[in-house]
Amino acid sequence: MGLRKNVREAMLEAVPSLRAFAISLCGNVDRADDLVQEALLRAWANMGSFQPGTNMSAWLFTILRNLFRSEYRKRRREVEDVDGSYAESLTSLPEQNSRLEIVEFRNALKLLPSEQRESLILVGASGFSYEEAAQICGCAVGTIKSRVNRARSRLAEILSIDSASDFGPDRETRAVANSDIVRNDRS
Amino acid sequence: MYVQRSEKNPVVKLGPDIKAKIGMQLRQIYGEIVDQGVPDRFVELLKRLDDANCEGR
Repeated sequence: MGLRKNVREAMLEAVPSLRAFAISLCGNVDRADDLVQEALLRAWANMGSFQPGTNMSAWLFTILRNLFRSEYRKRRREVEDVDGSYAESLTSLPEQNSRLEIVEFRNALKLLPSEQRESLILVGASGFSYEEAAQICGCAVGTIKSRVNRARSRLAEILSIDSASDFGPDRETRAVANSDIVRNDRS
Repeated sequence: MYVQRSEKNPVVKLGPDIKAKIGMQLRQIYGEIVDQGVPDRFVELLKRLDDANCEGR
């Protein structure tokens, strides 16, 4: 019982990050939540294969990613954020960075190949080490490193970032220049 | 690791500042979801699983 309770708590603890990852994979909040639910059910049913003392979060991410790859991916890109539900889920965002900047960034992220995007998110946002990310994606550590590097370069290219100071008052101007990239969200 | 730029700036290596900036934006987008916490459906789901498990013993 005590052990089971710990497992349950560890799973709950992983849910927020798991959701964020799932949304980045399928670009749709409702579907992402279904994916998280499936992953939790599968994890629960296969608890025997979880090794106590290892990273529960990484284990859940692996299950979720495999589920996404095997089932959801068949439905191809129709799951992209055509209905804007992802953007809608974020309407309560406080004014930290400018809204436009975040819209631009998210659109740029969508332009990355999926392997690069997921590698960058696992390492850069979920907080996994390269080794853990490699385990989750079932590939070599070097592959993850290379994907992350390529993802960053491509993002910098799309967003025309030359230096951090580029994120200054001049952003509106460049956003207009890049309007072919952000057009979809600026109407 | 190189970004092709205009002739004025033929090649720009990504410096740590750019990596940091990308990382910050990435964590902000991600964090917006994380900050939503655990939706009730997952709390209930795990409770149901847990209860079923106890009854099964």
